[in-house]
Amino acid sequence: MGYLQVQYEKILSDYLKNQSEENLYIGQNYIRQLIQKNITPEEVINIHKQAVEQLHGTLPKYVEHAYDFLIEVMVHYGLKVKEHQSLLMKQEELRIEMDIATKIQNLMLKTNIPKLNQIDIGMVSVPVRKMNGDYVYFLQDDGHHVSVAVTDVVGKGVPAALCMSMVKYGLDTLEYANNNPSYVLEVLNRIIEKSVDDSMFVSLFYGRFDVENNIFTYGSAGHEPAFYYNAKESKFYDLESKGLLLGILPEVKYRQSEIHLNDGDFIIMLTDGVTEFRKLEELDSRQLIRDIVMKFKHLNAQQMCDELYKQILCYQNYQLEDDFTVVIMKK
Amino acid sequence: MSEKSIVEIVTEWDIVTARQQGRNEAKAIGFTTVDQARIATAISELAKNIYLYASEGDIIIERLEENNRIGIAITAIDKGPGIANLQSVLEDSFSNSGSSSVGIPAVKRLMDKLEIESEVGKGTKVRIEKWLKR
Ligand SMILES: Nc1ncnc2c1ncn2[C@@H]1O[C@H](COP(=O)(O)OP(=O)(O)OP(=O)(O)O)[C@@H](O)[C@H]1O
Ligand SMILES: [Mg+2]
Repeated sequence: MGYLQVQYEKILSDYLKNQSEENLYIGQNYIRQLIQKNITPEEVINIHKQAVEQLHGTLPKYVEHAYDFLIEVMVHYGLKVKEHQSLLMKQEELRIEMDIATKIQNLMLKTNIPKLNQIDIGMVSVPVRKMNGDYVYFLQDDGHHVSVAVTDVVGKGVPAALCMSMVKYGLDTLEYANNNPSYVLEVLNRIIEKSVDDSMFVSLFYGRFDVENNIFTYGSAGHEPAFYYNAKESKFYDLESKGLLLGILPEVKYRQSEIHLNDGDFIIMLTDGVTEFRKLEELDSRQLIRDIVMKFKHLNAQQMCDELYKQILCYQNYQLEDDFTVVIMKK
Repeated sequence: MSEKSIVEIVTEWDIVTARQQGRNEAKAIGFTTVDQARIATAISELAKNIYLYASEGDIIIERLEENNRIGIAITAIDKGPGIANLQSVLEDSFSNSGSSSVGIPAVKRLMDKLEIESEVGKGTKVRIEKWLKR
């Protein structure tokens, strides 16, 4: 402390002689030392007070007491600043943990897009924040069926991510891609209803494609309707299915429907991040999607997904508002 | 050990008395102005906790002498509700967000040592020490 005091007196006395920029600069470098040595604000003021006393002689009582007052209140101020710093450090630790959790989540939830000759599948899923609230999972048995679940967890962050793992393990437990969509939805609903907090809901669209008979069977739990494009009629249909969200009531029955896919037909499954634009409320987003897709329907499924993403992103001024997920199955 | 003084904390004004007594003692021991301010602030926090959470208790101020060194010890004792989770009290947190005081972790920073004992339903005892640097 003695050394710092002497140094400060020198710098202050130089400055008092001629108020030069150079002395101010030296003063700033001195403060850097104080920060490194963890000198508290009240200490700094005390150094200053003593330096002034040294240079000027005994201070008027009035000024001396004013300094003492400042020292006193600065004790408090210094503590608050310290507390703030230590909270920032904690926050940083949490951020690092979050990053690790995200990596684990991505690894755990990884799904591979099935490659088959009979059906062309593409997908794009982009999160707004680190953790994706949308989730796509593909299941496949030995060449007879390929199934897909497109989910959107209502709720964000860590709880949503944990909920998603549950959906995945629920699907894994069902094991076979040939299960009926209505059955899959009923089982998942039971699992989620039992184990998840009341404020957490999941919407899910489940589709199963029968490779030999070209039949697409689907069911939905409160999910954004999928699009079905009939190439022969050159016309879009909404695949609506009014099932309750997963996790609200224990015993819910889900309906399933089926359509026959012919060459050139395709199904577009998506989450509401694709259809809801807050900035353009008056816009009919489903019509917009149909228009975009019409332009690119000659491309393969993956290219169609990529183009749709690019165009929608452009409409949203390159700022997604919600997690964006689209899956296309094309015959 | 010698010279013990006790301040009963019942009203908010007793917090001021405790600060004053502590400061006088710290000054007599030879603590610098800055350390006097720190000791008074620490006493203030402990006394305020008694006033707020236990409604009454004592602040005991004593001079420490041992192996050629001197210091001050303050003990805050009450028979209040006690603290259930001591661990969390010792960590920085947004306890009363926006509150003007700074809590136990800060008191620990101001002093050289802090010991806390507490039993739910029985009361709380916090002892802090600071030694004169030579
Ligand atoms: N003497 C006591 N008796 C019972 N509980 C106490 C006592 N002292 C502290 N506590 C409990 O410990 C908690 C933490 O105390 P601390 O002084 O660190 O922070 P605070 O009083 O909550 O917030 P601040 O002091 O920043 O206003 C208090 O909220 C209170 O619940
Ligand atoms: Mg307190």
